[in-house]
This record gives sequence, C-alpha cells and structure tokens, in this order.
Amino acid sequence: MSAFTSKFADELIANAAYIGTPGKGILAADESTGTIGKRLASINVENVESNRRALRELLFTAPGALPCLSGVILFEETLYQKSSDGKLFVDILKEGGVLPGIKVDKGTVELAGTNGETTTQGLDGLGERCKKYYEAGARFAKWRAVLKIGENEPSELSIHENAYGLARYAVICQENGLVPIVEPEILVDGSHDIHKCAAVTERVLAACYKALSDHHVLLEGTLLKPNMVTPGSDSAKVAPEVIAEHTVRALQRTVPAAVPAIVFLSGGQSEEEATKNLNAMNQLKTKKPWSLSFSFGRALQQSTLKTWAGKEENVKAAQEALYVRCKANSEATLGTYKGDAKLGDGAAESLHVKDYKY
Amino acid sequence: MSCFKSKYADELIANAAYIGTPGKGILAADESTGTIGKRFASINVENVESNRRALRELLFTTPGALQYISGIILFEETLYQKTASGKPFVDVMKGAGVLPGIKVDKGTVELAGTDGETTTIGLDGLGDRCKKYYEAGARFAKWRAVLKIGANEPSELAIHENAYGLARYAVICQENGLVPIVEPEILVDGSHDIEKCAYITERVLAACYKALNDHHVILEGTLLKPNMVTPGSDSKSRAEPKVIAEHTVRALQRTVPAAVPAVVFLSGGQSEEQATVNLNAINQFKGKKPWSLTFSYGRALQQSTLKAWGGKEENVEKAQKAFLARAKANSEATTGAYKGDAQLGEGASESLHVKDYKY
Repeated sequence: MSAFTSKFADELIANAAYIGTPGKGILAADESTGTIGKRLASINVENVESNRRALRELLFTAPGALPCLSGVILFEETLYQKSSDGKLFVDILKEGGVLPGIKVDKGTVELAGTNGETTTQGLDGLGERCKKYYEAGARFAKWRAVLKIGENEPSELSIHENAYGLARYAVICQENGLVPIVEPEILVDGSHDIHKCAAVTERVLAACYKALSDHHVLLEGTLLKPNMVTPGSDSAKVAPEVIAEHTVRALQRTVPAAVPAIVFLSGGQSEEEATKNLNAMNQLKTKKPWSLSFSFGRALQQSTLKTWAGKEENVKAAQEALYVRCKANSEATLGTYKGDAKLGDGAAESLHVKDYKY
Repeated sequence: MSCFKSKYADELIANAAYIGTPGKGILAADESTGTIGKRFASINVENVESNRRALRELLFTTPGALQYISGIILFEETLYQKTASGKPFVDVMKGAGVLPGIKVDKGTVELAGTDGETTTIGLDGLGDRCKKYYEAGARFAKWRAVLKIGANEPSELAIHENAYGLARYAVICQENGLVPIVEPEILVDGSHDIEKCAYITERVLAACYKALNDHHVILEGTLLKPNMVTPGSDSKSRAEPKVIAEHTVRALQRTVPAAVPAVVFLSGGQSEEQATVNLNAINQFKGKKPWSLTFSYGRALQQSTLKAWGGKEENVEKAQKAFLARAKANSEATTGAYKGDAQLGEGASESLHVKDYKY
C-alpha cells in the first residue's frame, strides 16, 4: 500500500464511511470567534462566550436535527463547552449518533509575490493538538485551503502549496486518529463561467490527490469538502441540473473511488440553492462511487440565526428552522427533496460575501 | 473542463466505452518484427512476412472468436496486411465489431544515471503517424512504458519521465482521433512481496493521472493497461487469485478516476490460465469498481494457439480452437463467470515469464 499503516486505520475508515451515511451530513459550526462575531453582529447579538454557547446549544439540541447529521465541526472553544444543564456538547452529539469534529487550521496568510493568493497555516504542533482533541472526543478534523479564480489565478505555486499543506495536515490527523476533511475551496468570486470553474476545480483536485498519494494518506479514511462547480458570483446563474452535471464530472475525473464521501461546502449559496444543487447531484444517473453529502455552515444556519436573534423566547422557532434545513438536506443526499421545505426567513437569501474569510 | 477540446471527443468517448463492453476485451497482437521472431523461433517457424501474415489471419478469422474481442492491437505492418483472399485485416475486424488498434511507441531506451531504468520513445512526428493510422482504420493506440521494482527503483525520475511521456502520447493520440491506451507496466521481476507491488503500483498510477490531468487529456476517452498487483516472480510467497484481486482493485480504487471507462490488464508473465483466473477473481471481488475490468492479453491469449499451429497449414483448425477457448474463457472472466473449465490447450498453464521482458 502507498498508505502508511496507522494504528487507527480501521477506526478512520469506519468513521469516514459513517459520515457518508445516506441521509446524513455535516453541520459546520466551527466559526472562529471573529467570524461568529460577524454573524452575531448581523442579528444584534453581543459576541460573548455565553451567547456563543447559547447558539451552539440551540443547534445541538434542536429536536429532530441530530438524526439528519453524521458529524458537526466545532471550533476549539466549543469542544469544551457544555449545555446549560452541564452536559458536554461532545456527549450530546455522541449520544445523538453524531461524530464531533474540530477545525484545526489557523487561517490563511498571503503568498509573497502573488496577487493576493494565500496558503493556510497550522502545521506547527498539529500532532499534539490532534492528540488532545481526540482525547476530548473529536473524531474528525477540518482544514480549509483557499484558492481564487482570476486572470492568472490560481497560480501553480498556490495550487502546489495548498495541496501539499492539505496533505501534510491529513497524514498528521490520521497519525492521531482524526479523519481529515480535505477542503480545497475555490472561491466563487469572479465573472468566469461554469466551464472555467470546472477546469480549475479539476486541476486543483488532481493536484490534491497527487499530494495525498505522495504523503501516504489513507484515502479510505479521508473526506473531501470541495466547492460545487458553478459560474462565478458575477456571472449569470444556471440550473441545478447543470451545476450537478459539471460538479459530478469534475469529481469523476479526479477523486479516487477509495474516498468514501464528498461533503460539499455551500460557499455563498443560499440555503435553498445549496439544497437544490445537492439534490440534483444525487439524482444524476452516472458513476458516483462516493456518497455526495453536505458540510454546510451558513446554508444550514442562516434562517435559524435570523429567527433566534439572540432571544430565549425565539429558541423553539429557531430550532424548528434548523430542523427544516437539516431535513431538506438529508433528503437531498437521497435525491428526494421536493423543494417543499417551509422556507424560513432568509432561506432564499444569497449568503455570498466577497472574498470570504472565516 | 481541464481537458482540451478535441473534434474527436464524442468518438473517443464512444470507442473507449465500447472497448470496455462486458464480455469483451483486447487481443494484443502487436508484437514487433523482432519479438514475433522470438515467438516463431520457439515453434521453429521462419520469421518472414508471409508467416507473420498467416499467424494473424489464423487469429482474426477464428470462427466465433471475434465476438469476445472489442479491439485488436496491431503492429504497423499488420495494419496494411490482408487475408489470403485479399480482404484487408482492418475490414475483417470492422465487419466483426472489433476496433483496430496500433502500437505507436518505438521501444525503450535507458535513462542515464539510473540502474537500468528506461523511458519510452516515439513522440517525434507522432501526430502525423496517428493521422495516417486513423486513415488506415485504426481507432485506438498503445504505448508501453516500463518500470521495475528494485532496491532504489522505480526512481522518482523514472516515474516522472514515463508518466509524462504517456501523457504527451495520450493527448497527441486524442488530437488525431485515436483512443490512447495508457500502459505503465511495472515488471513482475524481483523477490518483493505483494504489498510492495501494491505500494509501487499506487505511486505510479497516481503520477500517471496527475500527468494526464496536466496534459489536458480527456479521461473518458482513454483506457488504462496496468499490471495486476502480484508478488514478484522470485518471491517466496504465492498469492491466491482472491488476494491478487483485492490488492489490484484497491490500488485502482486509490488512483484511477471513475471517468476512465475501462481497465484492460496486461498479462505480464502469467500463464494463460493464471491470467484468466486472476481476471475472473477481480471481477468477482466485491468493492467499488466504477470502470470495466477486462483483458488486453498477448501471450496469455496466443500461447496454446502458437504451439498448436507450429506454422503448419494442417494445424490451423486446431490452433483456432485453442484461440477460441482462451478468448471465451477471458470473456467469461470479465463477468466473473469463468468456471475454470476451458479446455486447457498445451501450454495453457505454462508460465510465460521472461526476465526483464522487452517486446
């Protein structure tokens, strides 16, 4: 095998496969303190620990939500937080059949000599941190690499650096029992068409899998979190079926069958768009040797946040809004979503923020 | 798309998919003049054009055999040859639903500074040659890259050179309407175990698909011709077909994108029966297999036939029966339905391994 032999191999493979269970997906609730601050600001809520805790409690205890989820990605602070009656969030998740995950990267920095391209940092001491997180109950990790489409972007340098950073992160995770989510996000910003996005996505994913092979990563114990293939944000929209076709084709051309599941990021898509696009992919009749599911942040939480607005009396309604989106996306993983989710306030609203950093 | 836009795209995709039709596979009959000479020598037949023509006619006109064959790889000379009654071989094939293919590489040369590692040559003027072959009726091509396992082999240089040579060849073929078979053969020579072969195979295939992506090759219009994953020829360990199947399919799952329609295995030094039984086990293996898994056999389809023929006209019928038996057996193996009951021709169980094989 080109993979290294990890003592955690069987566990990694089982956990990665579990995350791809049909009907389930990931809630990305790993907003850093700075990023969650922006979210809270948009609903006039103060960015203090108790509010951050209250929001996550609202999400993790929403009736009916956990059965639609196989994993939740957490920010470090949240990994150690508890519900108001003193129960650790990781225990609530585990009892609900949901694997806790942890964001392990430390954000992006610019690559000198490029036009604003970045690489992701966080490799220093990553092994020790992963060990700690595993002890605290985490079973998967996430690291976001970011690329952009422009005149001369992404450059060969940025593709290489991001791919090899992801690969190094991935094998360190596996050495410490965490399933690495490999996330090479190509930002939707730009006026390019869907064909350009497809070409860049294929190039980036090919580089990622070469890097993962070079680093002896056990593919059966990984997940991929890519962007869907869409036109740029300044370009005309296309139908979900078109997005589905280009996205699945890009994956067929680059993602080995050994990868058990692909968990899409939502980028700037609205809640409803993200669900419809995922649904269209799962309806497509073509070779798909991996589960196609979701790892949505904004596209699962937008309506919930607006409904909550930081008020205790709104918790029930906010949890209902979360359940609606979870159920819709659960159906989308089976290709059975009928577009009938009770649209919450903001469900059709674009969540695109130019040059998104989080 | 990261692939280039070829005016032949639809045709390439259709032809590549056709070659992977369940129940069918490829007959590799592209032995160069030198190589076929060695085969002939082993059955005391003179290496002259008429004998080479006679052998290929024997194969291509075997009653009932071509239904099991989706493509035949030819050497350049054969592309222009005819049956004794004057019908061009390519027409015989087309009439039977078989795509003619053509070997386009010009052999290997050593890489300076390595321990006998090689790269494959043939890129110069390849585009023009492909055009000519397409006009003559060819619809797919083959280029063999060779790697070996040793203390320090394959080196990063050998992997890179061979992968990028294959990718350049592949895109030139596609520009000219030929489906490229990508063949990165890792020789079976050596005393390594199956795990080592798996590790090397995965590394080599990963490099190949990176190179193909870099060169904008349309994967849906290609085929892969890899070695199966087995212990080395001098290894103390023998591996059951089930074990070969598991390691082989896993290596492919880890490296070969689903966009590739079919994987057509080379037989290496395996006997006719081994090659069939292993292919059968591969198709019985329960696991994700988003590509057809079939054969592209040379020696493993022709050995018994050659022995039965011995160059004599009166043996043609017997020889054709031997060929039919192997073709049918391998056809069944592509659906995991082979029962091991092919009437074993003389030599069917004989290992065909030749150390450090060049052809």
